[in-house]
Amino acid sequence: MEWEVVIGLEIHAQLATKSKIFSGASTAYGAQPNTQACAVDLGFPGVLPVLNQEAVRMAVKFGLAIDAEIAPYSVFARKNYFYPDLPKGYQISQFELPIVGPGHIDIEVDGNIKRIGVTRAHLEEDAGKSLHADFHGLTGIDLNRAGTPLLEIVSEPDMRSAKEAVAYMRKLHELVRYLEICDGNMQEGSFRCDANVSVRPKGQQELGTRTELKNINSFRFVERAINHEVERQIDVIENGGTIIQETRLYDADADETRPMRSKEEANDYRYFPDPDLLPVYIEDSLKEQVKSELPELPAAKKERFMSQFGLDQETAGILTSTRELAHFFELTVEASDNAVKLAANWISGDLLGALNKQSLDITESPIDPVRLGGLIKRISDNTISGKIAKQVFETMWHGQDSADDIIEAQGLKQITDSGAIEAIIDTIIANNPKQVEQYLGGKEKVFGFFVGQVMKETQGKASPAEVNKMLKQKLKK
Amino acid sequence: MSLTADDVKKIAHLARLGIDQQNIDNYTQDLSRMLDLMTQMNDLNTDDVAPMAHPLDQQQRLRPDEVTEPNQREKFQSIAPQVENGLYLVPKVID
Repeated sequence: MEWEVVIGLEIHAQLATKSKIFSGASTAYGAQPNTQACAVDLGFPGVLPVLNQEAVRMAVKFGLAIDAEIAPYSVFARKNYFYPDLPKGYQISQFELPIVGPGHIDIEVDGNIKRIGVTRAHLEEDAGKSLHADFHGLTGIDLNRAGTPLLEIVSEPDMRSAKEAVAYMRKLHELVRYLEICDGNMQEGSFRCDANVSVRPKGQQELGTRTELKNINSFRFVERAINHEVERQIDVIENGGTIIQETRLYDADADETRPMRSKEEANDYRYFPDPDLLPVYIEDSLKEQVKSELPELPAAKKERFMSQFGLDQETAGILTSTRELAHFFELTVEASDNAVKLAANWISGDLLGALNKQSLDITESPIDPVRLGGLIKRISDNTISGKIAKQVFETMWHGQDSADDIIEAQGLKQITDSGAIEAIIDTIIANNPKQVEQYLGGKEKVFGFFVGQVMKETQGKASPAEVNKMLKQKLKK
Repeated sequence: MSLTADDVKKIAHLARLGIDQQNIDNYTQDLSRMLDLMTQMNDLNTDDVAPMAHPLDQQQRLRPDEVTEPNQREKFQSIAPQVENGLYLVPKVID
């Protein structure tokens, strides 16, 4: 039987506010345990939550960026459950009236654009962390994370493969960083993903029973976890079994999903409006203001890079993958006197390659756009060859000098004096009569030998095009 | 009677409330009466009434995004039953 896979994702993005969603405690990552957990975060009696305006603003920003409706009136609710990393016994979340209504995100898979519906996005508070390391048979609780603002972004079950799910997740990841509402750091848990997965016979309208995969916090694991779960579900059904609706954890080490020890009646959250918080009204003026501050979004930027700079789809995609990289590219183009193609090639090739090798981000690049642009300028005006440029790049990577200083200091200027090159070629031809004979006898491969000799003699400083041209002429005679 | 004794036991368990077996009937009756009142109110025509999420007809005040809470860990942990290395210790929980 042919099966169709149905996937919906819930993404939790920690909002990049300085303080928590309902208290004035810091949200900075990596502090000593419980030094950023105040009375509100600890759920002390008598405290009251006060909503952070920046969290509201960021949610609105996200909503506008995905063409969603922003609720003029939204309400916070209590989601009740008991777990030690949630001291109040409930999580403040949104249930019936979320701040962001239906919107959409376009993804691209194998060259096809597909629109994925976003059902809603709502504000809520993060929980603390449980540390299960050995504390004499006890569990350690760090509540620094408790109360960190989260935007939970819920998609429609619109994805039909793990690949589409990853594409959607990447797109969202790119977007929240463009909007500067989330740092997207997956190692630190700033951007987390749960996947709802089900299968159904192809052509069937009704959805199959779904399982929820938790704990899949890298793009690679999302794809693997979903593919494993799909295989498992098909196996179960084809062997006459039925899928149970349950939460499963992905174990990256064993590369399999397994059921979470089900918390008894865990899904009975008994939501009700939080009496500690009044409804939130979003005025049109706030929406207008946020809208006017929206940056150029990734899709628009990519389009512009293609039309303005004449880049192909792939290169434009790479260069706009983060706002910082796109900015770096534009500054480099400027510094190189508009050598667009060279700038695109050098950044997407040599620079990203070198950064990758040392696990550096574009913002940590040892070579800034001005210096890189300076190097590219010298390639485009033929001062140095592409080969020599790689050598200059290497030197720039390890130092502070400009390309011009390095070219000058190391005497790397391309030899443009054709008389000098001609003299060298004459000598080489005179010294290698045997090869000349071979070449004239039709052994064209030997041509490479002559080019190599000239390059050796000029230490790579002759223009390869020039050398080729002159050699061809000389060897004809 | 809109609730059963089993409903009450379930609700108590979900809220982690320990209730005396002998009081269950009383709770069942009391809670049922409240729900019955709700049912009665449901009969009213409220087509022209906007639902309220809060009894106060006001909107939520927002706070500027500033860190205002200093670290008071020692103070908070001085009344905790058990702490170690800055962590609160609780009976073991397994996912």
